[in-house]
Amino acid sequence: MKLNRRLFIGTTLAAGAALSAPMVWGQAKPRVVIIGGGAGGATAARYLAKDSAGALDVTLVEANPIYTTCFFSNLYIGGFREFESLQHGYDKVAAGGVTVINDMATGVDRAARTVTLAGGQVLPYDRLILSPGIDFKEGSVPGWSVDAHAEIMPHAYKAGPQTQLLKAMVEAMPEGGTFAMVAPPNPYRCPPGPYERISMVAHVLKQKNPTAKILILDPKDKYSKQALFEEGWGLHYDGMVEWVGPEFGGAAVEVRPETMEIVVDGEVQKVDCCNVIPGQIAGKIAQIAGVTDDSGWAPVHPDSMKSKADENVYVLGDSSAQGDMPKSGFAANSQAKVAVMTIRAELTGSKAFPAKYTNTCWSLIAPEDGVKVGASYEPTPEKIASVDSFISATGEDAALRKATYEESLGWYAGITADMFG
Amino acid sequence: MGGRFPSLLALFALAAVAAGAEEIGDAERGEALFKKQCSACHQIGEGAKNRVGPRLNGLFGRRAGALEDFTYSKSMARMGADGLTWTLETLDAYVHNPKALVSGTRMNYRGMADPEARLALLAYIREWSDKPRDIPEAEPTAIMTDHAVDPAILAIQGDPDYGAYLSSECTTCHQADGSDQGIPSVTGWPEEDFVVAMHAYKDRLRPHPVMQMMAGRLSNDEIAALAAYFATLK
Ligand SMILES: Cc1cc2nc3c(=O)[nH]c(=O)nc-3n(C[C@H](O)[C@H](O)[C@H](O)COP(=O)(O)OP(=O)(O)OC[C@H]3O[C@@H](n4cnc5c(N)ncnc54)[C@H](O)[C@@H]3O)c2cc1C
Repeated sequence: MKLNRRLFIGTTLAAGAALSAPMVWGQAKPRVVIIGGGAGGATAARYLAKDSAGALDVTLVEANPIYTTCFFSNLYIGGFREFESLQHGYDKVAAGGVTVINDMATGVDRAARTVTLAGGQVLPYDRLILSPGIDFKEGSVPGWSVDAHAEIMPHAYKAGPQTQLLKAMVEAMPEGGTFAMVAPPNPYRCPPGPYERISMVAHVLKQKNPTAKILILDPKDKYSKQALFEEGWGLHYDGMVEWVGPEFGGAAVEVRPETMEIVVDGEVQKVDCCNVIPGQIAGKIAQIAGVTDDSGWAPVHPDSMKSKADENVYVLGDSSAQGDMPKSGFAANSQAKVAVMTIRAELTGSKAFPAKYTNTCWSLIAPEDGVKVGASYEPTPEKIASVDSFISATGEDAALRKATYEESLGWYAGITADMFG
Repeated sequence: MGGRFPSLLALFALAAVAAGAEEIGDAERGEALFKKQCSACHQIGEGAKNRVGPRLNGLFGRRAGALEDFTYSKSMARMGADGLTWTLETLDAYVHNPKALVSGTRMNYRGMADPEARLALLAYIREWSDKPRDIPEAEPTAIMTDHAVDPAILAIQGDPDYGAYLSSECTTCHQADGSDQGIPSVTGWPEEDFVVAMHAYKDRLRPHPVMQMMAGRLSNDEIAALAAYFATLK
């Protein structure tokens, strides 16, 4: 009986497909344009091309010919990865049936359903996917602006030359000098990212410059994996790391890049290397497309990642406001798969399944001391809601921590293959 | 732990009808309940302070008796030392009958009998705790329900199309080409071995937390679908 019903439903869906997908008999294929070839966008492009097997015209617009992953960029700072190992090209994405255009998208006309590129090209679309990552909120750290000061006090929160610059600056610190991080306010990409970075900087300094100090100025009174990081810093980098929360001025920090000074709660302090991670908003093209709200992020429907502002537009990854998922590469990859499944069902009549989302974030605290946190998520009418979660425990033995680190290496290999082929 | 909180678990089962997750409860109703029944002693929200009872911001995920600037009953402090943490389950039991969980609690409250009202109240209190978006390890914000996927989509012997979609969650970590680096390969398993292994994670017999979580949310049909799909890969 089950089988009969299955066949019946299958037939209905196929009939629906024929009606809703008028691409047969030589008509143009439905067009999907994706802006941003990072964690969310590259995954979406590859899966759209692969799963629709030629039924969709898939175009990926990406500003950079080479993508440098933010994930594992802290491990590069710590000396555990080569810079080149973070870099991925788009050859295999293109070979998978995606038209890859290396240009900057500068405009979106949602009424005409077109995207304009810096080079002047105009791309029409039936569905548009935006996965442009983040931009920095101007004025979020008094005294600092990305255009004027990122070369003096790097953010290194978009991986690339910024990451290389920060690493070089850490290594060039004078003996016994001070490294300061201005940590970001919520929400920002990769909740444990700043604290993994602190661990990696501490690892470098412990070997090259053991009398150096690390100062974290934090506007938040709590952060992800806090107990695990604090335990690890105590264990591996005894006394080197000082965390200043909002109660002691961490939320009232001004920086003076010209003189390499920071002002905490009115008190001026000289530092030798300063990593400013400012407040964040959705990538600029999401603002230009008009799909963001007052918060600076783009609200989406929790069961599909479809923009609440436009049913032909999807927003993935960091730029989206979806509920409980942290802004991570893993999350962007997971969201891409739900969006692809929905878009294929809409444009080609393929089967639609319930949305499921997952995230796991690994962090490295010291050599072979890896920890992880993860959760599964499902849509409610209001948001993507967390329904289950786990986290590494404090006091775990070295063998388990080593296995967790090795697992993270497997994850990096797996997810980058999933994204870039 | 399940046996200690039968009322809530019964409610979970009742709620498990639609696909996806359920909101914990009606937070708006919870706010009204809080004002009527709790606010004489407790504050919650922007600028909340300790009063007769401790402030309730950040309650979910907090160890019992953990606020340094509040003097708890000995009984509450001991439960905290014993490891009691405030989660949906423990709070539900505590609000149901405070003395059942913490015999010597100073909270002079008779308890709330109606399970739906309790969940409404807890939904409201949950809004003032950590957001998983910012702190991924924070307590869940919704109740997982069984997937009531159209049985027609899930043929009994496993629908490989559905398996293909579900498998895209696996390939985030397990490489599709079967290579094995720090994370084992999942392709080319005999269907039956795969099903047995997934159920062992689901039942938390196998220890890996990521896999427990992944398998824990898969229905029997979904595991069958995945097995059918993976069996099609060489
Ligand atoms: C230090 C650090 C460590 C991290 N570690 C982890 C980790 O261990 N695990 C994890 O899961 N996540 C991690 N993350 C987070 C992860 O990098 C991001 O969440 C993820 O990259 C978001 O994916 P996305 O697709 O939204 O944006 P991105 O990956 O940033 O991709 C956006 C892409 O869009 C392009 N783009 C933007 N605008 C345009 C335009 N107008 N035209 C053309 N192209 C455009 C950009 O060039 C970029 O390539 C880390 C982040 C940082 C900063």
